[in-house]
Amino acid sequence: MLDKLNEIKKAALESLSFINDQAALEVWRVANVGRSSPLMQVFAEFGKLSKEQRPVIGAAANRVKVALESALEVKAQAVKNAALAKSLEEEKLDVTLPGRIVNIGRLHPSTQQLRHVLFILAEMGFQVYTSREVETDEYNFQLLNFPPHHPARDMQDSFYIEADPSTGSGRSEDNSILMRTHTSPGQIHAMREASATNPQNPPPIRIALPGMCFRYEQITARSEIQFNQVEGLAVGEGITFADLKGTLTDFVRRMFGAGARLRFRASYFPFTEPSAEVDVECFVCGGVGCQVCKNSGWLEILGCGMVHPTVLQNGGYDPRRYTGFAFGMGPERQLMLKNKINDIRYFWGNDVRFLEQF
Amino acid sequence: MKLPISWLKDFIDLDGLTVEDIARKLTLAGLEVDEILYAGLEMPTYKDGEKHEFKTNGIAWDKEKIVVAEIREVKAHPNADKLTLLDLFDGQQEQVVLTGAPNIFHLKGAGKLAKPIKVAYAKEGSTLYDGHAEGLQLMTLKRAKIRGVDSYSMACSEKELGITEEHEGIIILDDDAPVGMPLADYMGDAVLDISILPNMARNANVIGVARELAALTGHELKKPTIKFKTSGESVEDLVEIEIENSELNPRFVVGLIRDVEIKPSPYTIQRRLKLAGQRPINSIVDATNYAMIELGEPLHAFDYDVLKERAQKACAESKSKGAVEAKIKISTRAAKDGEKLTTLDGIERTLTSMHVLVWGEKGSLSLAGVMGGSESEVTDRTKNVLLEGAAWNFINIRRTAKQHNLPSEASFRFSRGVHPAMADQGVKRGLQYMAEWAGGVIAPGLVDEYPLKPKDPTVIVTPQDVKRLLGIELNVEEISALLTRLEFKCRITKHGLRVTAPPHRMDIAEGVIGLADVLEEVARSYGYDNIPTTTMSDALPPQAGNPVHEWEEHLRDLLVALGLQEVVTYRMTSPEREGRLAAGQRPETNESQHYVRVANPIAPERSVLRKSLLTSVLEIVEKNARVESIAMFEIGSIFEPNNNDSSTGSHRPDVLSGERGLLNEPRKLAIVMTGARIASAWDVKDSPAFDFFDMKGRIELLLSGLRLADISYTEADPSTNPKATHLHPGKAAEVKVNGQIVGLFGELYPLVKEKFEFGESAIIVAEFDLDLLRTLPPTHGIKSMPETPPIYEDIAVIVDDSVQASAVESLIRQTGAGTVTDVRLFDVYRGDQVGAGKKSLAYSLTYQSDKTMTDADAAAIRNRIVKRLEQAVGAKLRS
Repeated sequence: MLDKLNEIKKAALESLSFINDQAALEVWRVANVGRSSPLMQVFAEFGKLSKEQRPVIGAAANRVKVALESALEVKAQAVKNAALAKSLEEEKLDVTLPGRIVNIGRLHPSTQQLRHVLFILAEMGFQVYTSREVETDEYNFQLLNFPPHHPARDMQDSFYIEADPSTGSGRSEDNSILMRTHTSPGQIHAMREASATNPQNPPPIRIALPGMCFRYEQITARSEIQFNQVEGLAVGEGITFADLKGTLTDFVRRMFGAGARLRFRASYFPFTEPSAEVDVECFVCGGVGCQVCKNSGWLEILGCGMVHPTVLQNGGYDPRRYTGFAFGMGPERQLMLKNKINDIRYFWGNDVRFLEQF
Repeated sequence: MKLPISWLKDFIDLDGLTVEDIARKLTLAGLEVDEILYAGLEMPTYKDGEKHEFKTNGIAWDKEKIVVAEIREVKAHPNADKLTLLDLFDGQQEQVVLTGAPNIFHLKGAGKLAKPIKVAYAKEGSTLYDGHAEGLQLMTLKRAKIRGVDSYSMACSEKELGITEEHEGIIILDDDAPVGMPLADYMGDAVLDISILPNMARNANVIGVARELAALTGHELKKPTIKFKTSGESVEDLVEIEIENSELNPRFVVGLIRDVEIKPSPYTIQRRLKLAGQRPINSIVDATNYAMIELGEPLHAFDYDVLKERAQKACAESKSKGAVEAKIKISTRAAKDGEKLTTLDGIERTLTSMHVLVWGEKGSLSLAGVMGGSESEVTDRTKNVLLEGAAWNFINIRRTAKQHNLPSEASFRFSRGVHPAMADQGVKRGLQYMAEWAGGVIAPGLVDEYPLKPKDPTVIVTPQDVKRLLGIELNVEEISALLTRLEFKCRITKHGLRVTAPPHRMDIAEGVIGLADVLEEVARSYGYDNIPTTTMSDALPPQAGNPVHEWEEHLRDLLVALGLQEVVTYRMTSPEREGRLAAGQRPETNESQHYVRVANPIAPERSVLRKSLLTSVLEIVEKNARVESIAMFEIGSIFEPNNNDSSTGSHRPDVLSGERGLLNEPRKLAIVMTGARIASAWDVKDSPAFDFFDMKGRIELLLSGLRLADISYTEADPSTNPKATHLHPGKAAEVKVNGQIVGLFGELYPLVKEKFEFGESAIIVAEFDLDLLRTLPPTHGIKSMPETPPIYEDIAVIVDDSVQASAVESLIRQTGAGTVTDVRLFDVYRGDQVGAGKKSLAYSLTYQSDKTMTDADAAAIRNRIVKRLEQAVGAKLRS
């Protein structure tokens, strides 16, 4: 009987060693440790054994059973591992194939830059103020201290709206209608609105004026007939040129990095006095000189100044009591400098290949 | 303005300052140096990584190799007729130099020159510009054999030295040039190209810039001393001046010089004029230009004898035979409309009353301040010169120069304002230079008609003013010192510093504006760099948001989240471009009349302001037609004439809204989608194209993102909705919120589509009225999530094809109100199984209520729904 058990064990283990798939393994299990397997037959025929033989054979049969079962377990794991390895091998991808694209939306680069600028200004307390795109000569020029025929008007050639007697729109004798050349008319609107609330003690103002502006220019790589502008205006009691420098230094460092170097250069705008241009050290070349900064090492990024007394007065603020500063910048110009864009026409050209890069 | 440093040094000591130092100081003070052109002076060298400050051009002249030399004899070349050999002495040794210069050729074979000719001599190894190359190419002078003669050095042309582009002939220096001196020391220069701001016209001259530098460096301004001898009859006895309108012509000054010799000016003068951008003409014209660039007062030279002849004729005609020597009478007046004048450039110009004329007895002499007339101009035969210096109203000059497109050095200055005080100084300086360079004798006196003498403005400045505007602490003495450097007259009084503007400035006012003008000068003189940076300490303004702006930004975010690309387009277009949208519909309407037209369009295709935002976006889609999948939007204004006295638009209401002539600027949203729904890829082929329902789905999501409720979609019928004529009549819908139409969308009408160069796919468009959409109240509150389990069930009903899905859905919702929480159409079927003229609509329903529902509860509601559908639209449950 013991020999028979050894026989069973030997045959079973031998046949197990040839097995390498799940189905064959199941057949083997039924054949070797199943209910009608030879080993189980031994247990079934237990009753026929003598009292002395029973413990000996019983123990031996149990050992064979345990051995076969553990061999099965080991084999089952091996078969599973092999199958897994095989399927993993079969599922292998070419990971260099392109990923699946979803159509995503994007904001126009100008909007992105406008938001960036307005976000920083908002944190500095400048709230957004918007106004119309078609203005009167009075608001666009005269109230901002550009008298008729003033040489400063040369810097801002305008598109005029044709008079239309049937609707009453357009040019009138003494006050033509034009496409605003800057967002500055909003300065007058904002000041007049605020001062109307309390003419004796008008409240302080701190606003950002974003929007599209228009100038009569040929459309070329360098010049456009429309462009966005963001202006800032602060009016109050005790605002100084030193505050202007401090505020814009903070702004520029938020905008172009904490280490940005800048300089204030005297300049001229009719609606501010003193006026200045702010140059930032060229962030393309670090000031060493390159195409972008035209080898000067500096980039002109902001125009600014103390609000002209005439403008304060026109806004309802007494220039003897109130002072203020204003500054202006061009989001498209900032993007061009930052990204080395050499053609301003890209912005309103809206070529998807351009827009997709932002 | 181009300004040679050598000229500047006539008026200020600039020792210890490099060219770049000078340029930097000027730039920071508002005289921005755009470029530095080196013509001889040593150039700064930048090591790698070292910072540039200015755009620079030009060359430095090697002091060892490029020197002043003299030609002692001009000999023939043995093998070439057109070349000559120069015997030349460079201060150390004799040299033989080969040249083909035409301006030396006539001396060939003349033997030893009685008076040697001074030239700019470059030795072997010099770096110069190649005189024969196109443009500016650097080259190094090397030894070569030309027609059998050794050549290793040269007498230079201006081009080779980088002074001008001129290469016809070599430079002939003034006789006093010291032989052997390095040329760089003799006439090395650098030219600053300065942008003149509109309020700094006073600095558009050498002395103006020197004065600024004096203020910035503390160095002394060496003002020119004008001294000359006079003799003969006084000009006051010969000429009289009459000014008709002193507003137009506040001052008119003339001086006289007799017996001049019209000849070339000294080379030093010619070189400076060339570097300053002026073409040397002759000693007389050069003197007027030179004095103008130096002082800023434009001058005009007349041929005295032409005027005198005219005066005599006039005198003879008037039969007053007693007067042998008739006085020349010059008057100035506004031109008459239609009056004509032939200017120096030979062009006959028709004038209007806006122009100012200088007028002699027998006709006009010049277009005041802009250009002279041809009859009285100085010619080679001129002997006696009458020199004019005047002051004009800058507005008239500006308009004249603009209208006749005559930008000149004179009109540049006059149109920005030249102080009348400059007129006599200019005339005297001009006469002085004429006497120096053209010989001649200056007549005593000046005729000076000065009817409108401006008052020099006076302003009181206090340290408190400086502190209040500039944020710096200066005492009265310090303020005085800063302003005195700019020639303001300052006097300390008990009220503060009494400051009077110097008589060359027209940009200083009085009162509160004058104070700002003067404080600007304090700031510039103090240096913007030296003003501290502080933060605002005043009160924060009342906080108020900008709801319109914030709402539109939110809308942009929603649209971007829906996969739409934002575009921004031109506001200006043409009726033809927008007319494409009306193609194939009714006969032409008069729509184009209602466009807002641009009076001075840049091009015919930008002649009006847009009335259709959708066309703008369609044009962009057209330009991107090759892109496989496009989904774009724009948010922006359109422009409409305003018939009322009040205008509308998204901007805040303000004082302007009553202004006549302004426009309505309504805000719109336009969306266009076309092409593949999913971009093709290695595993995506033949994606379906965007259609009506892609757009509708996005609109649904957009409106739910805006938290709007009570939304409905109805067919847009072009016959009743004139705004829908560009849409496919069967694929067009109106979007209604609370029953109001807020937008319109659908597929582009095929005949409209044909007008554009689109791809094959359908073009799906949408347009919304944002001024309306923005004002609709959003729903508030968020529904809580029910705790009870939902029951899901599908039902399909068969209805007539004409029954709209929305009708079925709303019946289901009405009937199931309270328990049916979601209704989703998941299938539409037409075919044999449902019969002709019928369709099956299959819905997924979600039942849910506060209490846990059973299947039986759901079945009861379903039965009610089916019954209702049966009654209302004749629906049958599909089993």
